[in-house]
Amino acid sequence: MKQSRLFPWIGFIFGAIYFLVPLIATFEFSLRMQRGIYSFKAYQVVLADPGFQASFSYSALIALATIIVGVALVVPTAYLVQLKLPRLRPVVEFMTLLPLVVPAIVIVFGYLRMYNSSSWLPMTGSARSTDLLLIFAYVTLSLPYMYRSVDTALRTIDIRTLTEAAQSLGSSWPRILIQVILPNIRVGVLSGAFLTFAIVIGEFTMASLLNRPAFGPYMQLIGANRAYEPAALAVIAFAITWACMGLIQLVASFSPGQKR
Amino acid sequence: MAFLSIERITKTFGTLTTVKGVDLAVERGEFITLLGPSGCGKTTILRMVAGFETPTSGTIRIDGKDVTNLKPHQRNIGMVFQAYALFPNMTVADNIAFGLKVARKSGSEIASRVKEMLELIKLPQVAERYPYQLSGGQQQRVALARALAIKPQILLLDEPLSALDAKIRVSLREEIRAVQRQLGITTIFVTHDQEEALSMSDRVCVMSEGRIEQLGTPFEIYNYPKTRFVASFVGTLNILSGRVSDGAEGRIVVDGQEIVTSRGLNGASTGDALAVALRPEALSIGRANGSSNNLEGTIDEVHFLGSVVRIRVRFKESAVSLDTFNRPNAAPPERGQPITVNFGREDILVLEGAPN
Repeated sequence: MKQSRLFPWIGFIFGAIYFLVPLIATFEFSLRMQRGIYSFKAYQVVLADPGFQASFSYSALIALATIIVGVALVVPTAYLVQLKLPRLRPVVEFMTLLPLVVPAIVIVFGYLRMYNSSSWLPMTGSARSTDLLLIFAYVTLSLPYMYRSVDTALRTIDIRTLTEAAQSLGSSWPRILIQVILPNIRVGVLSGAFLTFAIVIGEFTMASLLNRPAFGPYMQLIGANRAYEPAALAVIAFAITWACMGLIQLVASFSPGQKR
Repeated sequence: MAFLSIERITKTFGTLTTVKGVDLAVERGEFITLLGPSGCGKTTILRMVAGFETPTSGTIRIDGKDVTNLKPHQRNIGMVFQAYALFPNMTVADNIAFGLKVARKSGSEIASRVKEMLELIKLPQVAERYPYQLSGGQQQRVALARALAIKPQILLLDEPLSALDAKIRVSLREEIRAVQRQLGITTIFVTHDQEEALSMSDRVCVMSEGRIEQLGTPFEIYNYPKTRFVASFVGTLNILSGRVSDGAEGRIVVDGQEIVTSRGLNGASTGDALAVALRPEALSIGRANGSSNNLEGTIDEVHFLGSVVRIRVRFKESAVSLDTFNRPNAAPPERGQPITVNFGREDILVLEGAPN
């Protein structure tokens, strides 16, 4: 092996060990629930637990709503910034990065202060309005990923000319956005959507402090009280994330009008 | 009244005025080309007609109706872009059908119109392909079909051939012109390529620095350029500085030698400085008798180009280039050799404005 290839390989192997060994160890531990044999008992227990089903369904639903609100907010914003307000791009980029700088716990305390039941907008006053608040919180949390995915996708197409071509054919703004722009940035939007899904499914702080029955607090609860199930849950969470990544790749390779 | 009327239109971006009080009248069914270098304002005019830019002042009328402040989608104008602008996520048929769907035409009408357009551009076999599966020339033909499918009042072509290679450009410009003639659609074509402009247009509008320099048929623009800019931008020209020696007789002194123009000098006084232009194809080697002009000079440079020999002849201050056909039995002239160049009186183009 040439020396020039040796170091990258060493780096790759080191990285793979660093990533895979804890994962393999967790997986191996999750199979030990029954004494003396490897089994999927821990997974069976977790998957059969009504708490798992309820919390996962709740988080999946919230994730879906977050994605819809996020796409509705980010796609038109990124599109208009690129098309009409390119000077605002640094400001918008800075704003979308703020959730990475401001910790989730600070944001959620801000929400609780602003929207508590005795405030002018008591969003924490009922379960449904708190769910809505949680969705908005998750939209904020996923903004860096969603905005970047969409913005990168928008940069790969000539949105100005496509917009003008559609306008000259009599198209209105909503139709341009839905029929011309959105399908051509589908990969970026889905990429942002799957990342959002992965973030929402595993999020703990906001859901916990807003007292919502999400998957994150459920995982924490199981982790604090059981031995093997938390390992199984961790592996399931990884599997969900990887499934999301795989779906991004799959969708990217099957988009109409793209070179394969 | 003209079908498309552009009246004293001006466009300013910040402190930069790109279009300065332009008036232009385009007749129904006419093919007019806006020709000029980058930044002359030709594309801005096109974009104002399309509705993508709003004029700072002035009025645009289509068939008598003021459309100056109408949105692009309210104008019924077809546009073809330099970058094709086909929707990548749609097949060719869907691209062509897009405008018809927007206009809520029936399914059968859309299908028959798409078929008709594909036959018009001679690409009936590509209906189900995606844009990336087509060549540049094919994509531009599809873009033309898409623009024409909605039966627009006016067709705007924004440098549609610039991104194509030379051979495709020539064939496609002939196709575009044939389609335009077949449909009789009023067309504005923007280009910086003078050959395209001259070969395709009913009239050419030469622009410079936001103003129209000259508007006329390709024949007029090429043969009778009014300004130094038009003369130098359209075709190859030899421009010489001279002084009027007898305005009434059309006599001009160039580098100490007198030449005579057949067109007179419109009130020029003796001693006035002016610029005259000569097309290379109007120049011949040797002394001519009769009413032709003769200028004596020295051969400055000789370039052998195969079928043609390009000779540069220097007079005292100025110089001209002319081409002669290569003849295998005659050696090309040599540098430093004295030579006489002759040309007809009617070949002299007197340009407006003072010489540089």
